[in-house]
Amino acid sequence: MVLSPLTPNDAGAPLIVAQGVRKHYGSIRAVDGVDLEIRPGELFGLIGHNGAGKSTLFKMMLGLIPATSGEIRIGGAPVTGRGFRAVRRTVGYLPENVVLYDNLTGIETLWLFARLKGVALAEAGPTLERVGLAHAAKRRVREYSKGMRQRLGFAQALLGKPRILFLDEPTTGLDPEAIRSFYATLRQLRSEGVTTVITSHILAEIQERVDRIAIMAGGRIQASGTVQDLRDEVDLPLWVSVRVSKEDFETVRASLSHLQVEAIEAHDDLVRVRCRREAKMAVIEALARLGGRIRDLSLREPSLEDVFFGFSD
Amino acid sequence: MEIAQILTIASKEFWDRIRNRWVLAVALVFTAFALVIAYFGAAQQGSVGFRSIDVTIASLVSLVIYLVPLIALVLGFDAIVGERERGSLDLLLSMPITRLELLLGKYFGLAAALAFSTIAGFGLVAIVLSTQLDLAALFHYAGFMLSSVLLGCAFLSLAVMLSVFAADRTRASGLAIATWFLFVLVFDLLLLGALVVTGGQWGGELLPYLLLANPADVFRILNIFSLDDVRTLYGLATVFPPALADPWLLGLVMLAWIVVPLGIASWRFRK
Repeated sequence: MVLSPLTPNDAGAPLIVAQGVRKHYGSIRAVDGVDLEIRPGELFGLIGHNGAGKSTLFKMMLGLIPATSGEIRIGGAPVTGRGFRAVRRTVGYLPENVVLYDNLTGIETLWLFARLKGVALAEAGPTLERVGLAHAAKRRVREYSKGMRQRLGFAQALLGKPRILFLDEPTTGLDPEAIRSFYATLRQLRSEGVTTVITSHILAEIQERVDRIAIMAGGRIQASGTVQDLRDEVDLPLWVSVRVSKEDFETVRASLSHLQVEAIEAHDDLVRVRCRREAKMAVIEALARLGGRIRDLSLREPSLEDVFFGFSD
Repeated sequence: MEIAQILTIASKEFWDRIRNRWVLAVALVFTAFALVIAYFGAAQQGSVGFRSIDVTIASLVSLVIYLVPLIALVLGFDAIVGERERGSLDLLLSMPITRLELLLGKYFGLAAALAFSTIAGFGLVAIVLSTQLDLAALFHYAGFMLSSVLLGCAFLSLAVMLSVFAADRTRASGLAIATWFLFVLVFDLLLLGALVVTGGQWGGELLPYLLLANPADVFRILNIFSLDDVRTLYGLATVFPPALADPWLLGLVMLAWIVVPLGIASWRFRK
């Protein structure tokens, strides 16, 4: 497993530390030796297939289920045992497919969780407003759409101004507009110093939005770092595409013949060149030398999805 | 243990039952049955109208023994498994609350709803009958209501225990029905069968004590033996050890029937 190095100027001690964490159910190894450090103020993404162990790891980080072995600390304190209440009060959690109480209204739902968290009830109104549900405060959750429930679940997690947010697939059921405003809220929270750990299976959605990610598969963390770190590490080929007229196709091929190119595909007037990262600049230069013969040049870096499959396959 | 957390959960459960009119419905059922029994309970003997509180209570006891355990089991069987199956349990447990606090909150909230509807339902009848009752009769009736509440609480405790053990709601409801059959219908038959099969040779002295192993029987003894008229009426005084007729002892046994299943539930829930 790979951990990106923590340099001394990385804002002090990590806030969340997992060391050698395992969770075994009989012969099933849901989580099988996870080491993880998440720094204060970081927006951290945890990605993986269904059944990769993300939710189990989440539940252990929250102290909902005990680890078979290993230890998890938040702010230096263990998440289970006597001090658990103090830790819980600093944490907001949005479970995957959050289920709330249908018979309560939006505002009553927040009152309930505010009482349990020991938070002033007066916080409920502004929190509903923050997630854009102020208009539905007095409607029963029964009448809420999937997206509205998800936002109410997020509001519940924000009660009590937590230092840490654990959000399990938070954008499920949200429309693109709501997803955008959700991430805007997360960015704002980050500027306030809140640390967020988020899981998602929509990789494209989080790749531009998180500071670092960890890829989980088979109960282990296969890789972690910034998206660029991971791209470098997995060394996937990238695609350079140009548009040329059909008669110039051979010219393009010839101009690249001396370079380390993995594949050249032509489709109508589009030529796609697959090459390794180290050949990228040489390929672009060679194509640029063709001058007026090429129209339009574009570059596609491997997406987080490509990286993900690179690690989890 | 933080009392505030227990109260938060309990008040949610209680108000849920008030708002969905569960409490009202159960109270009305109790009132209707109690009135019918009070006025028409003696119809078989050819008379209609309120006769005596003792006879009324004796008839009500037979009703309560069937009805209250059933209502309590239905009320409590999905207390924990329902939250688990719906998926709301994780969120609740992620709050600064212990599992014991959550369990007790659930129990006390449901017990309050059950107690409230029992006292309101039967209490209404007491008010209707109040002109015909003296102080002693009212005292007996109050004892009957209190023991009905205890009976409900005992079966509610069993129901909550089932809801911790059961893997899903379907199984929990099955277990609840089985529990009702066992304690309300089968248990006495088994004891009686054992008595007949052994020809009363074996365990005859032990048998009355075995009745304490069934909260429904404890309730029956508690009410029937607190009424002198009824005791002689049923001719039970001779076969029953007087030590068991002590209402305080019986109350204590009932309390054990509340505490022990909850204790087991809490132990299991923590695992």
